[in-house]
Amino acid sequence: MNMVNLTIDGVSVSVPSSYTVLEAAKEAGIKIPTLCYLKDVNQAGACRICLVEIEKARALAAACVMPVSEGMVVHTNSPKVRDTRKNTLEMILSDHNVDCLSCIRNQNCELQTLSQEYGIRKVTFSGVKSSSVMDTKSFSIVRDSSKCVKCGRCVAACQKQSIGLLSFLNRGFETTVGPAFDISMADAPCIYCGQCIVACPVGALYEKEETEQVWNAINDPSKHVVMQVAPAVRAAIGEEFGLPIGTRATGKMFAAIKRLGADKVYDTNFGADLTIMEEGTELINRIKNGGVLPMITSCSPGWVRFCEFYFPEFIPNLSTCKSPHEMEGAIIKTFYAQKNGIDPKDIFVVSVMPCTSKKTEAEREQLVNKDGLKDVDCVITTRELARMIREAGIDFKSLPDDGPDSDLLGEYTGAGVIFGATGGVMEAALRTVADILENKDLPDFEYTQVRGVEADVKEATVNLAGKDIKVAVAHSTAAARKLLDSIKDGTNNDYAFIEVMGCSGGCVCGGGQPIIDAQTLMSIDIRAERAKALYEEDKILPERKSHKNSQINKLYEEFLGEPNGHLSHELLHTSYSKREIYPDSVLED
Amino acid sequence: MSIIKLTPEEQATKLEAVLSKYKGQGQKALMSTLQQAQEIYGYLPLPVQRKVADALDVSVANVYGVISFYSFFSLKPKGEYAFNVCLGTACYVKGSQALLDKIEESLGIKSGDVTEDTKFSISSCRCVGACGLAPVLLVNDDVYGRLTPDEIPAIIAKYKEEANV
Ligand code: SF4
Ligand code: SF4
Ligand code: SF4
Ligand code: FES
Repeated sequence: MNMVNLTIDGVSVSVPSSYTVLEAAKEAGIKIPTLCYLKDVNQAGACRICLVEIEKARALAAACVMPVSEGMVVHTNSPKVRDTRKNTLEMILSDHNVDCLSCIRNQNCELQTLSQEYGIRKVTFSGVKSSSVMDTKSFSIVRDSSKCVKCGRCVAACQKQSIGLLSFLNRGFETTVGPAFDISMADAPCIYCGQCIVACPVGALYEKEETEQVWNAINDPSKHVVMQVAPAVRAAIGEEFGLPIGTRATGKMFAAIKRLGADKVYDTNFGADLTIMEEGTELINRIKNGGVLPMITSCSPGWVRFCEFYFPEFIPNLSTCKSPHEMEGAIIKTFYAQKNGIDPKDIFVVSVMPCTSKKTEAEREQLVNKDGLKDVDCVITTRELARMIREAGIDFKSLPDDGPDSDLLGEYTGAGVIFGATGGVMEAALRTVADILENKDLPDFEYTQVRGVEADVKEATVNLAGKDIKVAVAHSTAAARKLLDSIKDGTNNDYAFIEVMGCSGGCVCGGGQPIIDAQTLMSIDIRAERAKALYEEDKILPERKSHKNSQINKLYEEFLGEPNGHLSHELLHTSYSKREIYPDSVLED
Repeated sequence: MSIIKLTPEEQATKLEAVLSKYKGQGQKALMSTLQQAQEIYGYLPLPVQRKVADALDVSVANVYGVISFYSFFSLKPKGEYAFNVCLGTACYVKGSQALLDKIEESLGIKSGDVTEDTKFSISSCRCVGACGLAPVLLVNDDVYGRLTPDEIPAIIAKYKEEANV
């Protein structure tokens, strides 16, 4: 590697020649503030917060885009630099709806942090504010352009998903960032992955909050509230309470949720194990009976929406299985209700998910049962759960470990846990399918080829009962697009099974997870750290294969019959339909 | 700009020809494609934007972003008589905003819109390069300079007569 030597604030460093001044400073332990920069996502040099002085250069330079060169002498903290940054900040704040106290990003806002660090004491230029939009129409995402600093991070994040839904609109003082025609995100072909939310440094994009509905249901004595928590939540919730990224907070998470006052608390891992029973059987049947292959997983609603919008020709390939929390909701409103003698109408199912797309998924008409009840009544994100825990005055860090309730749907296996990471659904399915086909308890069941975040598309050939089958795993919709295009053009025609998760890294980095600031993201790959927590939990569980979950087996014996049987089809399977992209009707008011 | 009326079929064929020329070329071909598409249609309706996005392999949001950035592009059809007021610095200083207000008032529509019978539309632009005549109004290819708002009704009456309304 070609190295160059430079001096930053008197510190000499030697870095690869491909580095920017910002990266070199990081290496030297010197922090340069940023706002529009987001590692691997946005490098636009637009906000000018990262300006530094370079000796012999004419003007100040934006460190995030300035390449290093041999002998460069950089000052990141001269009076001129500080003054300019302060000025830039004041300019941004002059057109900002500064209402930190009631803002969703209060205390987790990069603009607020910068104002704090630069000692901004008053907003000096309080002229006319540009007009703003408050878009609350979708079930998943709210856009409040009065908080937007026009950094472009969301535009780049959505582009990185290969969707490109957001763009800079208009110009000059009237510039905004939003969907084409300034329409609502609900009318645009948005998959609600929320990658724009976790990219946003401020409170301009956020989830549609539903904590109020959850509190109301808990406080309503006529409601029987059942909460379920997705696997990925345990891998990140600790971050909200100051625990290091990658901490497995399963025990504290359950302890906290139980204290919120729901009648029952379960793990969506049970639903994940159930999904494997259904999806594994579906795969075996498709292979045996000449069904449509490759079969593609359907757990990720962002991915499912992407498929419905952008690749409708692959709808027949989608597994008909509902996603795990929807399966679990369906079982809670039937089997669980019967067992406990509760009228399903009185049950309120809350799913705690790492995902913003799950909120819209729960509203799908295909996920309403024949009595008109939704499988899941309300979806809150990991961030919303953290807010409820804080609101309840619970001291998360000092809670004793606890687990889900143990009756009926209380058990789960390691296979369910790894659902939250890219490759996890594939691995869980293979563990079960291989055992079923060979009718054995196979000792080698760790499919490490499909793990990891280095490649966005992973391929493996696995031997199932003497037969080699080819599988692929894609994480992020850009990766899915790449994979599906390669199938369409004939480059890849021999996959039997594909896992797709809509977000890079899988659910652990879903759009509902805790938001990590750009400075921290410069040095930590949260996808890998959070996944570690899940694989760790998989390792310590007594059962690591879905078909060994004794409560799942009981559920089939006492209620469902067999996987893919009649009742399973009615309760656990679903259908999909093509969606129009920008139909002419989007412009009609 | 004089308006050449094309049938919808002719428009579609012409657009196809333009799109096949720039197919798959992405962002860099966007401006030229949009300019030519606007020449064909007189404006850039949603279906045309969708087609341009598909052909060039860019997102619709991206296409719209460019259209909304340049006042040259129009999202609504132009009227048979397109009133275009210059709001460039020289014209603005000489009171072109008052001209625009008066035209809006007289025609009963806002800048950027077209009358229901599609006879008249209003738009504004930045500097037509006739600063010596400021403030300037263009109606199709006719140029009116050094105007005051009181002269507007007569101008509109003249075109109404021409258009038989
Ligand atoms: S976005 Fe940040 S700076 Fe703006 S109001 Fe919210 S917390 Fe305050
Ligand atoms: S939710 Fe996903 S698809 Fe929708 S705008 Fe955000 S990044 Fe794009
Ligand atoms: S919405 Fe957020 S990420 Fe997008 S441009 Fe505005 S401030 Fe930046
Ligand atoms: S210009 Fe470098 S962080 Fe915005």
